[in-house]
Amino acid sequence: MKETQTMETSKTDTAQTERICGSEAIIKCLIAEGVDILYGYPGGAIMPVYDELYKYRDEIHHVLTRHEQGAAHAAQGFARISGRVGVAMATSGPGATNLITGIADAQIDSTPLVCITGQVPSHLLGTDAFQETDIIGISTPVTKWNHQVTKASEIPEVIAKAFYIARTGRPGPVLIDITKDAQFEELDFKYEKCTGVRSYIPTPTTNLESVKAAADLINAAKKPMIVWGQGVILGEAEAELKAVIEKAGIPAAWTIMGASAIPTSHPLNIGMVGMHGNYAPNRLTNECDVLIAIGMRFDDRVTGDLNTYAKQAKVIHFEIDPAEVNKNVHADVAVLGNSKDSLSQLLPLLNENTHSEWLQEFKDLYAIEFEKVIKSDLHPTKEGLTMGEVLKEINIQSKGDAAIVSDVGQHQMIACRYSEFNKTKSNITSGGLGTMGFALPAAIGAKMAAPEREVVAIIGDGGYQMNIQELGTIFQQKVPVKIVVLNNEFLGMVRQWQQLFFDKRYASTEMTNPDFVTIAKGYHIEGKRVVKREELADAIKEMIASKDSYFLEVCVEKEDNVFPMIPAGASVSDIRLS
Amino acid sequence: MNEEIKSFTISIYTENNIGLLNRISAIFQRRHINIESLTTSQSEIEGVNRFVIVVNITESQAKKIIGQFQKQIEVIRAYYHTDEETIYQESGMFKIKSDLLFDEPQIQNIIKESNARIVTVNKEFFVLEKSGRRNEIESLRRDLNIFGIMQFVRSGRISVTKEEMKITEMLLAFNNQ
Repeated sequence: MKETQTMETSKTDTAQTERICGSEAIIKCLIAEGVDILYGYPGGAIMPVYDELYKYRDEIHHVLTRHEQGAAHAAQGFARISGRVGVAMATSGPGATNLITGIADAQIDSTPLVCITGQVPSHLLGTDAFQETDIIGISTPVTKWNHQVTKASEIPEVIAKAFYIARTGRPGPVLIDITKDAQFEELDFKYEKCTGVRSYIPTPTTNLESVKAAADLINAAKKPMIVWGQGVILGEAEAELKAVIEKAGIPAAWTIMGASAIPTSHPLNIGMVGMHGNYAPNRLTNECDVLIAIGMRFDDRVTGDLNTYAKQAKVIHFEIDPAEVNKNVHADVAVLGNSKDSLSQLLPLLNENTHSEWLQEFKDLYAIEFEKVIKSDLHPTKEGLTMGEVLKEINIQSKGDAAIVSDVGQHQMIACRYSEFNKTKSNITSGGLGTMGFALPAAIGAKMAAPEREVVAIIGDGGYQMNIQELGTIFQQKVPVKIVVLNNEFLGMVRQWQQLFFDKRYASTEMTNPDFVTIAKGYHIEGKRVVKREELADAIKEMIASKDSYFLEVCVEKEDNVFPMIPAGASVSDIRLS
Repeated sequence: MNEEIKSFTISIYTENNIGLLNRISAIFQRRHINIESLTTSQSEIEGVNRFVIVVNITESQAKKIIGQFQKQIEVIRAYYHTDEETIYQESGMFKIKSDLLFDEPQIQNIIKESNARIVTVNKEFFVLEKSGRRNEIESLRRDLNIFGIMQFVRSGRISVTKEEMKITEMLLAFNNQ
């Protein structure tokens, strides 16, 4: 009956509607938006939608995570590797609140998500009904947009708007809360994609005068330096950025969120800025004459003390979000707009240049960092394994083609510092929020969105246990992710701070860990533990060669520190090498 | 940049949607900015609301929070203005015992001189309404307080700007796209 109706609809007038219930409309909206995978967890207030998911299971694959937080992070991983909108679904009350950490993470890292939550029937709203929570109120500060639907007839328009808002401009998470009665109620369904919202200007127009002003400053600069962020990846401006830096010969550094947009091996790629970034770009931020920020937001972990940050430089800020301009650092020239467009406009205005003496300054400082830090990280002579040598081995075995999904802490800084990236969208990590527990579920989403890619999760023993239950999802869905736990039996980054700033008072940072390999095996995931250097290369080789998911625990030195380091609130010039 | 703390009037034109007040107040709350007054009503455009919010902040703070307001999907446009750039008013209401009108003849003079309006009178009480600047309403309150005020309430600031807002043009431009 339903099928014939649909066929007739498509044969005749496409604008014709069909009579279906709200929950089926939700699924049809998702399919119309090209969603074929979503992550979630069922429960009372979202059951009608799950019933429809069952009926549409051949068209849309629902991944049952083991916790709603896992669903949100998996949707993030999906979005970050593919550039598509990630979708997560949960029931009302605790289901919805469990999504919040992932939503907050997506908000601060500009990740396009659509989260759909069930809600108690509308006549029970505000009565403290079972599993009722004000998820609109709770999610307001951490969503780009949110909306509660109480009538089935609103569903198509609201979901279309949700996808449009999530993916356009500076992307972000959108939450749609749908009461159970609206899921049951029937509507005349017709789906039209959203093409604009009158109160919302996703991308400001690029002013050619500002591009010219930027080009003039760059052409006159003796010591220009670029710091790019995730805006380059989100704007798919990797090729444009590469062309700009090559033509004008500008040394270019990246923020943690911008990692992988330009290959690590590129001669003008001078490394990471920020608290645990490279020595040269941090130090020379305070030496350059023109600082060109592209799609980045001058986070405090990047700038350190703002009063001593790049004060000698003229600052050019390429940015899609007008609220970011002059928020932390004053821009002498602000170029608004999408990075792809603005960099394309900039390129023809630039003079060819090499700045070889200036580039040499970066190389000289790199040599110091290599001697003092990198050598002992990557080629250690001490007995204990370092996190750095694990990353080096992964680079070798994966030939730099792996997407690295890191959690939060010391291992994250090491992963970002030492991963060699050949491809863009290869560094998936929780940058702004610093969410421990991110990597394991995010790796699931990343691998499912890009099955052709090698996805390696690098996780500390602390963060791993925050969402360790997602091993169940990996097992059930047969997601061939590679999991590397760098186990130092500490919450390493907090311990490092305790050592440096709290006289080694190791308050609640030591961890007595379970047998991780046995746990992995309990989920039927092949696993191995490495404690000796001689075992490392073979173990990583075996892991990369595995067609299935694989768990590798590497027991590393317990009390290693991550350097260089800019102490919180210090100047980028005061970066420490030990 | 001038870092002096001043009174700014923030005007936000928005869609008329549930939850937007929450989104807007959260922007102040997160930055620890105290709201001196907040009024929201229909604007000159059908279906478009206008928030008028008074805060004491620096101009650089004002610029930054305007950016945060404009970033909200359902905010059409946000502005900040100094007192000199706006025409503004508040309104106060006073509930006073009716006996006083007869026992204290001075009250009648106060009412006359203040240009306050008598809204209602009955045997027990009468209600005065006074619109104007904060200091005018405050001065009336002080004068009447001597005799006793049963209830007093003052509205938030409402204001219009001297400059044009051009919201209508902005919305028309969207519709013609």
